[in-house]
Amino acid sequence: MSAPDLFTSDHEELRRSVRAFVEKELLANAEAWEADESFPREMFRRVGELGFFGMKYPEDVGGSGPDALADAVVTEEFARCGSAGVSSSLGAHKDLACLYVYNFGTAEQHARWLSPALEGRLVGALGVTEPDAGSDVAGIMTRARRDGNDWIIDGAKTFITNGAWADFVVVAAKTDPEAGHKGITLFVVDTDTPGFEARRIRMLGWRTGNTGEISLQGVRVPDSARLGDEGSGFYAIMQNFAWERLIMALGQVAGAERTYELAKSYALDRSAFGRPVGKFQVWRHRFADMATRIEAGRALTYNALRMYSNGEDPIREVAMAKMYTSEVAFHVADECVQVHGGYGYMMEFPAQRAWRDSRLGPIGGGTSEIMKEVIGKTYGL
Amino acid sequence: MARWPFSAEHDELRRSIRAFVESELAPHAEEWEAKEDFPDSVFTRMGELGFLGLSYPEEYGGGGGDYLCNVVLGEEMSRCGSGGVAMAVAVQTDMAVPPILKFGTEEQKQRYLVPALTGEKIFCLGITEPDAGSDVQNIQTTATKVDGGWVINGRKIFITNGRRAHAITLVAKTDRGAGHHGISLFVVDTDAPGFEVARTLHKVGMLTSDTAELTFTDMFVPEEALLGKEGEGFYNISWELQGERLIGAAGTIEGAKRMFEAALAYANERKTFGKPIGKHQVIRHALADMATEVEAAQQLVYMAAWKVNNGEYPVREISMAKLLTGEVAWKVADKALQIFGGYGYAMEFPIQRGWRDSRLIRIGGGTDEVMREIIGRMEGL
Repeated sequence: MSAPDLFTSDHEELRRSVRAFVEKELLANAEAWEADESFPREMFRRVGELGFFGMKYPEDVGGSGPDALADAVVTEEFARCGSAGVSSSLGAHKDLACLYVYNFGTAEQHARWLSPALEGRLVGALGVTEPDAGSDVAGIMTRARRDGNDWIIDGAKTFITNGAWADFVVVAAKTDPEAGHKGITLFVVDTDTPGFEARRIRMLGWRTGNTGEISLQGVRVPDSARLGDEGSGFYAIMQNFAWERLIMALGQVAGAERTYELAKSYALDRSAFGRPVGKFQVWRHRFADMATRIEAGRALTYNALRMYSNGEDPIREVAMAKMYTSEVAFHVADECVQVHGGYGYMMEFPAQRAWRDSRLGPIGGGTSEIMKEVIGKTYGL
Repeated sequence: MARWPFSAEHDELRRSIRAFVESELAPHAEEWEAKEDFPDSVFTRMGELGFLGLSYPEEYGGGGGDYLCNVVLGEEMSRCGSGGVAMAVAVQTDMAVPPILKFGTEEQKQRYLVPALTGEKIFCLGITEPDAGSDVQNIQTTATKVDGGWVINGRKIFITNGRRAHAITLVAKTDRGAGHHGISLFVVDTDAPGFEVARTLHKVGMLTSDTAELTFTDMFVPEEALLGKEGEGFYNISWELQGERLIGAAGTIEGAKRMFEAALAYANERKTFGKPIGKHQVIRHALADMATEVEAAQQLVYMAAWKVNNGEYPVREISMAKLLTGEVAWKVADKALQIFGGYGYAMEFPIQRGWRDSRLIRIGGGTDEVMREIIGRMEGL
């Protein structure tokens, strides 16, 4: 993987070790896990033991960083695991749930949720999206009302990655419905709290992921479960978008690259009219287009990552990277299905899975249309 | 902080080139376009300012800078308002002259390189023929060994600077039976007997650039006109093409950025149905798409340029950058024309010029299709 001026040799060494783990312990099981529509929950523990959740977090909370670039390497390699449900579950834990607790939590909250989560002993999820509000965060309906020293939370969350099997969920709720986006507060909710219920949602792709719909009915949490100040939730969510989208873009590029390799290896293997399909000029050119777009997506994403790790706030570049790479990844997956012909359409070949899995890219974490709104806004439009 | 991969010194150079371009070139764009020409004094003036030799060694009158200085020049020339002027200068700085530094003898460097950097000798590059372009191996121009030198016969077409050039870096066959091993480079003064400018070609865009068809009839050149080793011309011109494509890509995508900026400014200014057109969502999203594609392609250019600057020879990334920037620039130019509506179509506004000028990059320096052949073959297809 070419990474001009960004990763060090330590990062590349880390990459090799993550890749070895991914190939041996994740990729090798991808087919079986897809058939099960899940993967062993113990995998969180295993990844935690290896230290792969902790790159972005300092040692005092149980991490080995902070090193955002090392975390980026882990993300890229996880994306090669052959099952987006697995990589997204590990990612939602590492980059959403853990990141929120780290960024906005107190030392006590770090000790209670973050450190065990980095070890993989607790599984985390982030609950912002609702049946009627996604990127329109100010429109969420979940309510948290004060009751003495506690809070009572009522509402519903959906499309929550890890939501169906998490130990804790970072929940966004309205504490002051009159105050619009200034009335949103975050809470860490243990999923064994009475009134908390979750069910799995079946999806087109990401089938190994335990994505859930969550119902909160009279869920009582102490004030010590409040993450950050009252009314600060919206800003916290906005602040984390950059990393969340950057991580998605990194995963999309790495995933697209793997899908491309899958397509190319089939194109060289399969012959028609006396030569490998990939040696026909039309396919050679279509592969050239795919490779070019993957490389451009990588350059775009690495530049945003470089800006982020230099302490800038590259809102525009991150939105561009997320949109561009997720569209490239789906395009590559569609071409992968096409080059496989009939086999591409068959459930026993992995091409269809890449195709289904990658379709979520332009939707999750803010749709492409939302990204265009964000980009347009940075130009004053 | 300077934008990656540039330094503060590059930014300073950029400011001085920009000041020159805006005060001495851009004000003449309309006049030069109308005349379909620009004065040779542009070369001598740029030579005087040191802009023709930015990355060439100081001992030959160059600036001793790195490759990224050339990228800065290529980018800033996009502000001159006339693609033909920018292209003519790029042929001098990054196409016809680099082979003299790379392959020339000390005598050739003194005789040709030194005046090329001052702008006293204008150069053109003779590769393409009526029946052979990227298919260099099939050129028909021959150089036959005679006593004391060579006799050259043949014809070159689409030669930028062909009419005004004082010297030509020329590709000819020195051994008809040896395929690509039978090709050699020459550097020839255009006052050599037998050299003739057969005609100037009329083009749809790049109007200020003089584009000629040249003929060589029993043109005698002395032995010392041979540039590099006999029979190595194919490899040497393949090397030249990398610089040609990358500087073309760098200038093209910066030109596309200018088109985007013009469209953005117009979208903020022009009102329809009670608001600026940029505030209509479809136009906002169109501009977001344009900005994203420009940024992705530019980052790809920077990735390739960074590698060149570090002494690598990234044929794959250069070919990708050339392919993608051409496609993006053309698409962005067309969208910009659309946003300008009727004004976009009127000859008195510069948008149509950008639209016409930007169409060439998908053809010149190797077509999109040739780029895909190169990339596809490098991918093993």
